[in-house]
Amino acid sequence: MKAIGIILAGGNSENLGTLTESRAAAAMPIGSSYRAIDFTLSSMSSSGIGKVAVITQYNSRSLHDHLTSSKWWDFGRKQGGLFVFTPYTSRNNNSWFRGTADSIYQNLTYLKRSNEPYVVITSGDTIYKMDYKEVIKYHVEKGADITVVYKNMEGKDLSKFGILEMDENKKLCEFEEKPLQAQSTNASLGIYVISRTLLINLLNQIIPEGRYDIVKDIIIRFRKKLNIYGYEFNGYWSSISGGVKDYYDTNIDFLNKEVRDVFMKQAPYIETKPKDEPPAKYNLGAEVSDAIVGSGSILNGKIEHSVVFRKVYTGEGSTVKNSIIMEGSYIGNNCVVENAILDKDVVLSDGKSVIGEEGNPVIIKKGTVI
Amino acid sequence: MRKKEMMAMLLAGGQGSRLGILTRNVAKPAVTFGGKYRIIDFPLSNCINSGVDTVGVLTQYQPLRLNQHIGIGIPWDLDKRNGGVTILAPHVKGGGDSGEWFMGTANAIFQNIEYIDSNNPEYVLVLSGDHIYKMDYSKMLEFHKENNCAATIAVMEVPIEEASRFGIMNTESDDRIYEFEEKPANPKNNLASMGIYIFTWERLREALIEDSKIHPDSDFGMHIIPKMLEEGQTMYAYRFKDYWKDVGTIESYWQANMELIKTLPEFNLYEDFWKIYTNSDHQPPQYTAAGAKLSTSLASEGCEVYGEVYNSVLGPGVIIEKGAVVKDSIIMENTVVGENCYIDRCIIDENCSIGNNVKMGTGENIVNESKPKIYNTGITVVGDNTVVPSNVEIGKNCVIYGNTIESDYPSNKLESGKSIIKEGASL
Repeated sequence: MKAIGIILAGGNSENLGTLTESRAAAAMPIGSSYRAIDFTLSSMSSSGIGKVAVITQYNSRSLHDHLTSSKWWDFGRKQGGLFVFTPYTSRNNNSWFRGTADSIYQNLTYLKRSNEPYVVITSGDTIYKMDYKEVIKYHVEKGADITVVYKNMEGKDLSKFGILEMDENKKLCEFEEKPLQAQSTNASLGIYVISRTLLINLLNQIIPEGRYDIVKDIIIRFRKKLNIYGYEFNGYWSSISGGVKDYYDTNIDFLNKEVRDVFMKQAPYIETKPKDEPPAKYNLGAEVSDAIVGSGSILNGKIEHSVVFRKVYTGEGSTVKNSIIMEGSYIGNNCVVENAILDKDVVLSDGKSVIGEEGNPVIIKKGTVI
Repeated sequence: MRKKEMMAMLLAGGQGSRLGILTRNVAKPAVTFGGKYRIIDFPLSNCINSGVDTVGVLTQYQPLRLNQHIGIGIPWDLDKRNGGVTILAPHVKGGGDSGEWFMGTANAIFQNIEYIDSNNPEYVLVLSGDHIYKMDYSKMLEFHKENNCAATIAVMEVPIEEASRFGIMNTESDDRIYEFEEKPANPKNNLASMGIYIFTWERLREALIEDSKIHPDSDFGMHIIPKMLEEGQTMYAYRFKDYWKDVGTIESYWQANMELIKTLPEFNLYEDFWKIYTNSDHQPPQYTAAGAKLSTSLASEGCEVYGEVYNSVLGPGVIIEKGAVVKDSIIMENTVVGENCYIDRCIIDENCSIGNNVKMGTGENIVNESKPKIYNTGITVVGDNTVVPSNVEIGKNCVIYGNTIESDYPSNKLESGKSIIKEGASL
């Protein structure tokens, strides 16, 4: 079944503090080599979705930088391709996107000019790998109007999610956004399948009424009127925009073999923009233990239980522990970095220390020189 | 008609037979180097970094891997609407019913005159896909134009006592070439040809056509250069002083890889302004487990180290299992070294599977029995897609290729200097 994709990458993630001061959450660096949106883009591509729109608004420059060429995800084709939409002004429209539904409505032409019967809507700041073909197949089999992908989040903080209540046929009965008292542990992953014409009709109906949100104004409002079904996803899934701890934990998850295997060893792989860095170099005296290291890095000191991105330099006698070191950061000789997130291009002069608390990593802003 | 100022012709058809089993299934330019690269990446990257965006790659020997690697040239940005990379293979010519192999370096270019003409270049850069170096060809072109040359030949100064191993340019004081001698017994000069030429296309075109009538195996060093000199055409030597390595033998290949792991290597892959590009399936980071050791080594994308690795180069996707010790070795793409192995001074090619408790590179340094000229410096070499069973001990200067099983190793041993070549393969 043919489908087009829409990736909502416009959200402003205030929860990530200075990390998203100059970049969109979807452009956040993940797991040494990737950006958050790579996971969704790669899933789209490997699910045979050849036409994808990325809708962005806040700090879109970083994302544009990453998406300058679509060929890495195999979207640069005559049929389909990768579309990046930002808000624009025209004679009868001069507003920013007023909500998720509105951001699609303002680019309705994209939907109208397509002929694929289905639309897969996702967010750009979640880390997972999914075969949307299976979701679409399920959607068709169920005769659903909308399919919402959910995951059982037992033991997690459910008040951060939209919670689904379904009958035995997985048909949606109730949907509560960020409940105080969750009625089930099935949390929406913000991934929807809907027929293209239905989406156009719904948007044409709700936007003039001043309703702009997919969850509130489509899923919740139409939960009884439309046939909405849940599709259960059991794989690894993590959202980074909940807060710094979520971002930190998601990166540290890549030290687990199972997580690495899912994304890096089992086809389809996660693709990203190649940076053509040489292999990581471990000099005499480098002691690396339980760490992932990006290409182009040159390591001299000690690294433990950490995620090191590309082109990082660590000096002799320095220690990096329980930390995330982003691309291009320089750690001089005899430095100590513990429980910290060093954003891109941070420079630590010889002998300096950056130490945070366990569970509450300290963030050093992009380009800081200490 | 569109015009290209300079295009490149890259000779990538050679086998590189002195690399032994490493070039059994691939041409020398497709042999991996420095973990993630293949030798041809260096001249190809030099081309695009020098602004040469039209490259013909001439293949002949075992071209499959090379074709897959180059594809349409995306990694080097050579997927161009006008120009880009074109793979040129020997083919059956129109009007005849039989084809012709490329019989010599110049003959290969001669057979592709049509391709060159279709790009309408002023100058043609002739390269070989055999060397590791970074060079700005645009500077060489400037030099060529300044001197109004018919040909410019890049040269290295070599120690005079080694000069008899090279093609030597005898020059005037201003580096104008008056004579070329291939491997002279008594060298008069120490300027060795690097196999990098810039020709004014009009001049070269004439020479190729004329020489083809006399020499079916037309060669640049043997025929074209001497012929053009004889005719009194202007030829200059262009001195190159940076790093340039021919990795033509097992020992020199191993050495050149090992030079990269020095704290300050002579050849710097880490500078941003002259990147070396390659085609890689692997983008994930490299993982080092708790308890693993990795020191004085290069580790490429996606490799996972659970054991100990010293003074070695690991290719993409390589796995070194728990308890294994790898030292002074080159392990290429996607090879798995099993638990508790001991690998010392070995080259293990792509996609190999080494069982558990394998010892490799032990014992006395006895030269290889069947190919003493190739395997004689103690390095044991394992060919691509080879399987080595668990619990075997392998000596020095050994060669292993194919799906080997326990019974191939009498009393679980392969003595130094012995070889196992399976699947009807010959060395």
